Amino acid sequence: MTWETVIGLEIHAQLATRSKIFSGSPTAYGAPPNAQANLVDLGYPGVLPVLNGDAVRMAVKFGLAIGARVAPHSVFARKNYFYPDLPKGYQISQYELPIVAGGSIDIVLDDGTKKRVGVTRAHLEEDAGKSLHEGLPGVTGIDLNRAGTPLVEIVSEPDMRSAKEAIAYMKKVHTLVRYLEICDGNMQEGSFRCDANVSVRRQGTEKFGTRAEIKNLNSFRFVEKAINYEVARQIDLLESGGKVHQETRLYDPDKGETRPMRSKEEANDYRYFPDPDLLPVELDDKFVESVRGTLPELPDQKAVRFSSEYGLSPYDAGVLTASRELADYYEAVTRDVPKEPKLAANWVMGELAAALNKDGLEIDAGKLPASGLAGLLKRIADQTISGKIAKEVFEAMWASGTSADAIIEEKGLKQITDTSAIEKAIDEVMAKNPGQLADFRAGKDKLFGFFVGQVMKATGGKANPAQLNELLKKKLPG
Amino acid sequence: MYDFGLPFAFVVSPNPMLLTREQIENIAHLARLALQPAELPVYQQSLSAIFDFVGELDRADTANVAPMAHPLPGLSQRLRPDVATETDRREIYQRNAPQVAAGLYLVPKVLE
Amino acid sequence: MHTKTLAQLSKGLRAREFSSVELVRGFLDRIDAHQPVLNAMITVLREPALAAAQAADRELAAGRGGPLAGLPIVHKDLFCTEGVLTTCGSHMLDNFVSPYDATVVAKLKSAGAITLAKSNMDEFAMGSSNETSYFGPVRNPWNTDLVPGGSSGGSAAAVAARLIPAATATDTGGSIRQPAALCGVTGVKPTYGRVSRYGMIAFASSLDQGGVIAATAEDAALILREMSGFDANDSTSVDMPVPDYLAGLDAPLAGLKIGLLKEFFDKGLDAESEKRIREALAIYERLGATLREVSLPNLPLSVPAYYVVAPAECSSNLARFDGVRFGHRAKDPRDLMDLYKRSRGEGFGAEVKRRIMTGTYVLSAGYYDAYYLKAQKVRQLISADFKRAFSEVDVLMGPTTPTPAFAIGAKTSDPITMYLNDIYTIGANLAGLPAMSIPCGFAQGLPVGLQIVGPHFSEGKLLNAAHVFQRETDWHTKVPEEFK
Repeated sequence: MTWETVIGLEIHAQLATRSKIFSGSPTAYGAPPNAQANLVDLGYPGVLPVLNGDAVRMAVKFGLAIGARVAPHSVFARKNYFYPDLPKGYQISQYELPIVAGGSIDIVLDDGTKKRVGVTRAHLEEDAGKSLHEGLPGVTGIDLNRAGTPLVEIVSEPDMRSAKEAIAYMKKVHTLVRYLEICDGNMQEGSFRCDANVSVRRQGTEKFGTRAEIKNLNSFRFVEKAINYEVARQIDLLESGGKVHQETRLYDPDKGETRPMRSKEEANDYRYFPDPDLLPVELDDKFVESVRGTLPELPDQKAVRFSSEYGLSPYDAGVLTASRELADYYEAVTRDVPKEPKLAANWVMGELAAALNKDGLEIDAGKLPASGLAGLLKRIADQTISGKIAKEVFEAMWASGTSADAIIEEKGLKQITDTSAIEKAIDEVMAKNPGQLADFRAGKDKLFGFFVGQVMKATGGKANPAQLNELLKKKLPG
Repeated sequence: MYDFGLPFAFVVSPNPMLLTREQIENIAHLARLALQPAELPVYQQSLSAIFDFVGELDRADTANVAPMAHPLPGLSQRLRPDVATETDRREIYQRNAPQVAAGLYLVPKVLE
Repeated sequence: MHTKTLAQLSKGLRAREFSSVELVRGFLDRIDAHQPVLNAMITVLREPALAAAQAADRELAAGRGGPLAGLPIVHKDLFCTEGVLTTCGSHMLDNFVSPYDATVVAKLKSAGAITLAKSNMDEFAMGSSNETSYFGPVRNPWNTDLVPGGSSGGSAAAVAARLIPAATATDTGGSIRQPAALCGVTGVKPTYGRVSRYGMIAFASSLDQGGVIAATAEDAALILREMSGFDANDSTSVDMPVPDYLAGLDAPLAGLKIGLLKEFFDKGLDAESEKRIREALAIYERLGATLREVSLPNLPLSVPAYYVVAPAECSSNLARFDGVRFGHRAKDPRDLMDLYKRSRGEGFGAEVKRRIMTGTYVLSAGYYDAYYLKAQKVRQLISADFKRAFSEVDVLMGPTTPTPAFAIGAKTSDPITMYLNDIYTIGANLAGLPAMSIPCGFAQGLPVGLQIVGPHFSEGKLLNAAHVFQRETDWHTKVPEEFK
């Protein structure tokens, strides 16, 4: 029996506004508990919400970026339920009339095939606060700093068929919101998280299986593990004659498994109705077009341009456009070394990526600015140093933070291009190795490499390789 | 039929009991209200009468009528500039709180 | 001094005939003296009021001070007042000290008004008799065995007994007009959106509107001019300039087209009350207005529509009272569910719980369309009826209530009978229209209120119609014997 997995994701992205969606409280992360919860965030008696215009603009920006419809008329509704991190006893969200509907995200799978994932809707809502359990015996502490932080909830169609596809989709959305500068994408801080709806069905059947919703996954790795665990659990259940229950589950990263959520055991009746404290959001063409004017070049568009403008392979272009910071870095390097786009690509994806990875740094951490790497590539391009020496220089630059030129100068790594100097070195090597020379001249061509090596050794690796080859070809045959 | 001696004769059956005791208990649970045993029949009676009464709405022909969520037509939501205007006033706001510690509002242990 | 109008008191203060301290002390003494019988107040602010009066006197002596400088008022106890107990008439909030001022409170304060007390009210403004207050019923000054009406019963009774010249109030289904009528005073419910709701503890957000109760239309205009206006903190507040309501008070009424609501003069209206209303209408005719009967066929459905929409909104608005951040918290909760249920079960009174449950039910899965959506559609029909009427007439007039004040306890056992007391007032809330009630005589020795309803933002016209009527009559000057 083969089973097909069906996955839909609900991604919650915190919008990068300065103030909350319905109040003037700051949204900065990490403040002391409840220091950023004002009367509106606390749901004090008598207070009223007023909508943050930038939250609306950011949601519209996302809608335009995924080719969705931006609703000229959208409505905020109240989702009613009691929970201590929900101060008003209702969450202001959008229900029947969301601000964005119908769009899609293209993903590329490992084998290179492309897939389009539908986005059903994206709506604005307020985040809840946080419940803290640790270090508080018998009680739970409530911190409402996060309450009222603007969220855009991005709801996908059940279009994904494996955890890998789900991760590819989630990463693509992550890339996109950061390109658009509407979300900082910080998953540790919870700025970007998702709920996964997972079900399985027999291969070839139309009808979806009963799904479980796994809540609050805040890393790509957890999403993958949680989905894989859940798929295996559901298949086990079904194959042993059991039934999957529609329920909300929680992923436990320590145990690597999902379990039913205690607080969601009873079926909720959210009693949605239009929030009478807020009026309908009416967006005219002028508003939408003004937001469209702020759209940056999107990742897919950028990748196509990188391929044509810089002659990069689709794979390289995809890697270099995976984040706006990486793409900007690459382009800054190429601007300084305009004739070597491929060399720049190889260095950014190769040495630089490896070094960043090793130190656990982001590209925009400023460890090695684009101008610094460009300085190195210039010396490769003008043959001051060879590619091999360049790696040594790069390591020194990474360690010391000084420029390529300073290191080349200081260490005397400048390539020897003076013909007479190279010839002199060749002559010495030939004189020292009469036997090998004789063998070579007797037809042992393989010894050519031996002489290259010896001369390089004699010049501390600094002889220009092309020139050296040229000269050896002339001199060795005698 | 009750005649309240008022302009509109509402049809209210004498003892409708549209809602069961279980329904009242469910509503009270959804609304997070603890009811005393003696309160249950009282609410069962009065809520049944209320729903019988508001059932009068069925008399209106509302085909093709849009629901009205706001009393003033044609107004739309104003957008606030994105400015953080608030400062920390936690100490003042928590004076009304029944139980706080280290700046947190406390509730009995919540199991997730 | 207490029988003077606000306008007269203001002149007296400016002329330094008396000081604000004298004025405020005088009214505070009256409030204290009559509190045991009327129970019109929940909190009296003697010391802060006297301190504010002293400051006002300094301002007035220097020729400064806002339009209401040194004048005493009281606020209905659902307007949040900074540093002061704000109970909403509920056990739930009997320990709640607001950390902020409602916009209305701040505006009146900055106009110079001095808050003497917070007035009693039906719990969370849910009631038509002031019997649902946790702090006990308010009594009607005209007959203390009777209710003053509700939910702004404390404000209305206080003005009727001249414990205060004017009071703020709120009106969700008639809570300003009905008690004003039953107490023989002037009450104005402005257009929805005219007065900020920020800081007014919500009952039903799409229906609630703050307003004023005073002895005369002129005094009401004086207060309303200061409390109205756009508020960036209230998304439903309307950004329109506030006209000078005082300036147009004396405009002649010749040519005013008055619509008489056919449905309001049908059976059910107390015969003697109807007589007073007809006599008042005759005065308007004499003043040059024309009368014409109009019909609002869907208006009979306003009460059932209201008793779906208002409880629905209330069930959600009152969810924030959960014993976590403020308000009543049950002792020794076993767990979170117990904390919620007992805090709310103990903190709310019977009528509030009834409405929360009604609202919870009409919004719940499977019932939303049949009740909530249907009611909002009927609301649309009622609004359309009003719109049609206002294409033919300038204002609508009729009774405010079906009968004069009734006895305390008479209607508490049957909620629907109580709900039907608001039968003439609810329509204006559903349609967001401005409306007022003015005294127009007595039936069975009790005050009768004439209701005037106008199109959106016609407060000026309503106040004008009321003021000109009050120039011709003296019903608004009547004070019950014991309070003269």
